[in-house]
Amino acid sequence: MILLRGARPLGGPAVDVLLADGRIAGLGDRIEAPDGAELIDAGGAVLLPGLVDLHTHLREPGREDTETVATGSAAAALGGFTAVHAMANTNPVADTAEIVEQVLALGRRAGLVDVRPVGAVSAGLAGERLAELGGMARSAAAVRVFSDDGRCVSDARLMRRALEYLKPFDAVLAQHAQDPRLADGAACAHEGELSGRLGLPGWPSVAEESIVARDVMLARHTGGRLHVCHVSTAGTVEVVRWAKAQGIEVTAEVTPHHLLLTCDLLTGYDPVFKVNPPLRPAEDVEALRAGLADGTIDAVATDHAPHASHDKDHAFADAAFGMLGLQTALGVVIATMVETGLLDWAGLADRMSVRPAVIGRLAGHGRPIVVGEPANLTLVDPGRRWQVRPAELASIARNTPFAGRELPGTVLATFLRGRPTVRDGLLAESRVVAG
Amino acid sequence: MPGHATPAPDSRAADPGGKTVLQPDDVGRVLDRIAHQILEKTHGGADLVLLGIPSRGEPLARRLASRIEAFGGVPVALGTLDITLYRDDLRSKAVRPLGRTVEPAGGIDGKLVVLVDDVLFSGRTVRAALDALTDLGRPRAVQLAVLIDRGHRQLPIRADYVGKNLPTSATEQVRVSLTETDGADRVTILEEAG
Amino acid sequence: MSRHLLSAADLTADQAWEILDSAEQMDAIQNREVKKLPALRGRTVVNLFFEDSTRTRSSFEIAGKWLSADVINVSAKGSSVSKGESLRDTALTVAALGVDALVVRHNASGAVQRITEWVGCSVINAGDGTHEHPTQALLDAFALRRRLGDLAGRHIVIVGDLTHSRVARSNVLLLHTLGAQVTLVAPPTLMPAGVAGWGCTTSWDLDATLAGKVAGDVDAVMMLRVQRERMSGGYFPSEREYAIGYGLGSARLDLLPEHAPVLHPGPMNRGLEISSVAADSPRSLVLDQVRAGVAVRMAVLYHVVAGADPATELEVRA
Repeated sequence: MILLRGARPLGGPAVDVLLADGRIAGLGDRIEAPDGAELIDAGGAVLLPGLVDLHTHLREPGREDTETVATGSAAAALGGFTAVHAMANTNPVADTAEIVEQVLALGRRAGLVDVRPVGAVSAGLAGERLAELGGMARSAAAVRVFSDDGRCVSDARLMRRALEYLKPFDAVLAQHAQDPRLADGAACAHEGELSGRLGLPGWPSVAEESIVARDVMLARHTGGRLHVCHVSTAGTVEVVRWAKAQGIEVTAEVTPHHLLLTCDLLTGYDPVFKVNPPLRPAEDVEALRAGLADGTIDAVATDHAPHASHDKDHAFADAAFGMLGLQTALGVVIATMVETGLLDWAGLADRMSVRPAVIGRLAGHGRPIVVGEPANLTLVDPGRRWQVRPAELASIARNTPFAGRELPGTVLATFLRGRPTVRDGLLAESRVVAG
Repeated sequence: MPGHATPAPDSRAADPGGKTVLQPDDVGRVLDRIAHQILEKTHGGADLVLLGIPSRGEPLARRLASRIEAFGGVPVALGTLDITLYRDDLRSKAVRPLGRTVEPAGGIDGKLVVLVDDVLFSGRTVRAALDALTDLGRPRAVQLAVLIDRGHRQLPIRADYVGKNLPTSATEQVRVSLTETDGADRVTILEEAG
Repeated sequence: MSRHLLSAADLTADQAWEILDSAEQMDAIQNREVKKLPALRGRTVVNLFFEDSTRTRSSFEIAGKWLSADVINVSAKGSSVSKGESLRDTALTVAALGVDALVVRHNASGAVQRITEWVGCSVINAGDGTHEHPTQALLDAFALRRRLGDLAGRHIVIVGDLTHSRVARSNVLLLHTLGAQVTLVAPPTLMPAGVAGWGCTTSWDLDATLAGKVAGDVDAVMMLRVQRERMSGGYFPSEREYAIGYGLGSARLDLLPEHAPVLHPGPMNRGLEISSVAADSPRSLVLDQVRAGVAVRMAVLYHVVAGADPATELEVRA
C-alpha cells in the first residue's frame, strides 16, 4: 500500500492518493494513512497516468551490447513510462509467435514496465510477403501493433493485404513512411539548402508524404487501421488532418526529438543527430507542434534507438541512424509543449498515455486517475530541472542528442500496478551490484 | 603579379627615434666604396653575380649592381635569393610569407656569387642563404657584402665587404631604412623597448 | 592560418593570396636540378586515402617530398565500415604513428572534419564525398590568375553535375572570397538542393550563358566531369542528350570572348562534357591545372603544417 501526499493529478489541485492491490483505492483532500502504508510526499508534483510508448527499440534479441529488454525497461521506468511497444527489427526479426513471446517473457522478467512486442508486417522485414500476423496476434504476446519499422512497406499491394488481413484482430499497422525510390538507404539529411551545402544525400519530405497519402487512401479503401510512425514534415500533418476529416481510421505519432531539434544541427556532421526520418527545418517543427496540440498527431512516441559508439564513430553518411529517447521524452515534451502553452497537463497525459494505450489496445494503461482504476501512474516535478548526462542514463548505449542540455521535469516516481518501479528519481529495485 | 605586394613604406624613416649612425649621404658613399672594393677584389667582376637577400638586400644589390656597372663598365648579373624556407627557426615561429627567388639569366653555376644583405648579426640568415644557394646550383665561390656588421656572431661567418662596423649591445636594435622600402636612407640604433 | 584546411571557406582572401603567391615561388622548383626545399624536413605526412585517386595522391606525395617531408601512403579503401572498424579507430591508428599531418580523402561528406575531432595533428582535406576539395579550388584559382590576372570582378561559369561535385562547391566558395562572380549551369536534375542560397546566378541554358546573355560576359568556363560512378539515379536520359545540352564543343567555344580560358578538373570524359577540340584548344588550361597541383599543394603543406608544433607526443582527444 502506498499513500501519495499532495499530488496534483493532471496538474489540478493537490490531493492524497492511496494505492492498494494494484489499483487507486482512495483519492481525496486528506486520507488517513493505513497501517503499513508507505508514505510518499509528492510535494505538489504532477500526477499523470503512466506514460505509454508506441515505438521503442529494445535491441534484444541480437544487439544486447547496446540495450537489453531489462536496461531498456529501466530507462523507460525512469522516464515515467509504464508500458512500451518493442519494435520488431531485432535479430532475429520478431515475425513469429515464438519470438514475440520471448520478448514478452524478457519484459516480464525485468518487471519494470509492460513490454508489448510489436510484430513485423512482412517476413524478415523483407517487404515481400506477410509475416504470421495471426499467429502473433493469438500468441501470449497478443500483438496488436504491427510494423516493419526501420523499413517502409513500400509495395502497395502488400500494404493493402496487410491492412485487410489485420482487421479481424483489431490490430493497427504502423508504417515507417519512406518511399525507397525517393529516399534510399543512403539518404540521411533533410533535402534542402543544408544538405546541398554539406554534400549529404538528401531525404526529401515528399518521400514521407507520398507514402502517407497513398496509405490513407488504402486505409479508406480497405477499412483497415493505419498508424503513421514518427511524422516529420508539415506536409504529412496536412495529409493526416485531411484524412481524419474524411473519417479515415488513421492515427499518428511524433518523436520528442522532432519537436525540438532542427536540421541545422547537422553542420558539424555529428552522427548523434543522424536519425530516420531526419531532423527537419524550423517550419516543420512548428507544424509538428501545432499538429500535436490540435490532436492531428495523436501521440508522442520516442523511437528510442540505442547504438554502440563504434556504430556512430563514422562519417555521417556511414553512421547508424537513431537516438536514445526514453529518459528524456517527458522533459522534452514539457519544454516544447507545456512550457510554451501548447498543451496543458491533461493534453500531455492524453498524447503520452491515453491515446497511445487506445491505439495499442492496451488495457489498464492510459486510464483516468479515479478510484478503481489500475495504478499505473507517474509522478513528475515539472519545476525541477536536470541535466542530461549520457553516462548517467540507464541505457547501455549513450547516443542521446540532448547531452549537456537542461530539461524540465524530473520523474520522482513511477508506479506499475501500484508497485513503485522508480522512487525518489531512482530505480526502486536497486540493480547495483554490491561490492 | 597581382596579390604580390611590395612592402609599404613604413614610418620609421620619417621618425626613427634612437641614434642615427648613417645619414642618407653616408649610405650612398658607403655603397660607392663597397662597389669599388668588389671591383678590386674580383679583378673587374667578370663572372660576378649579385644576389640580394629580401627584403632590404634586394634594393641594396640593385644599387651595388648599377654602381659596379657605372664604375667598371661591365654589366653585372643581378638576382634575389629568398631564404625563408631555409631558416632554422621555421618551426618555432608563425609561418612567414615567401619572398621571391630570381636567378639571373646566366644562372649561378661556376660564378662568383656575392650575397648582399643589410645587416650581419648572428650569421644565421647567411647560413640559410648558403643552404639555399646549394639547392640552386654550384657557384665557383661565394662572398658576402653587408651594409652593417653589428657583431654578436653565433656561427663562424664573416663578411667580405662591410659598409660600416657597428659595435652594439645585444639588446640594441639596428634599423636600416632605404628609400625603396622605407622612403629614405638612414641607419639608426635603438634600445630594445621594455 | 588554421592548422587544418577542410573547406575553401576556411581561407580569407589574404590567406588565399598568400598561398597562391607561395605557390608561384614553389612552382620554380620544377625547373631546378635539385627539387628539394627544406621546409618540412623531419616532418611526417601521411596520405590517408579512403577513396581511390592516383592523381591527387601522387600530387600530394610529390609536394610533400619536394618539401623534404617523409611521406607515406595509407590506402584505407575498404576499411572502416566494411571491416567493422570505425572511422575513429582507423584515424587514431594512423595518427598514433606520430604523424605531423594527415592528408585525407574519403567518399563520405564530412568524414575529414570528423577526423579532426579525434587526432591532434594537422588535417588537409583532399576531397570528402560531395562536399569539398579545397586544394583543387586553389589550383584552379592559380591557373586562372596566371591567365587572367586579378580575379576580382571576373565572371566564371561552372557547368555540369553540380549536385555531386565537391570541386564545384569549393570553387564557388573560393571564387566568391577572391571577389569573382559565378554562374552555375546544369540541367534541373543536377542542380543542388538549396542552390539559391549559394550566391550564384543559375541557368539551364549553356548557350545563352556563354554568349553573355544570362549574367554578362564570361571570363572563364569550368567544365565538370559527369560522374558516372556516383550517379545511379537516372538524372538524364542518355549521354547523347547530355552532350547536346551541356557539353562544350567547338560551337560553344566560339560563343566565348577571345580571352576566356576553359578549365576541367579531370579526368575528362572526352565527347561527353567536353569535346577533344575544346580540351586541346589553346584556351584549355587543363594541363596548367595539373602542373599547378604540385606547387599549390606544396604551398598548402607549407602554410598549414610548417609552423605548427611538431607531433612529439600522441595528442588524442576523447
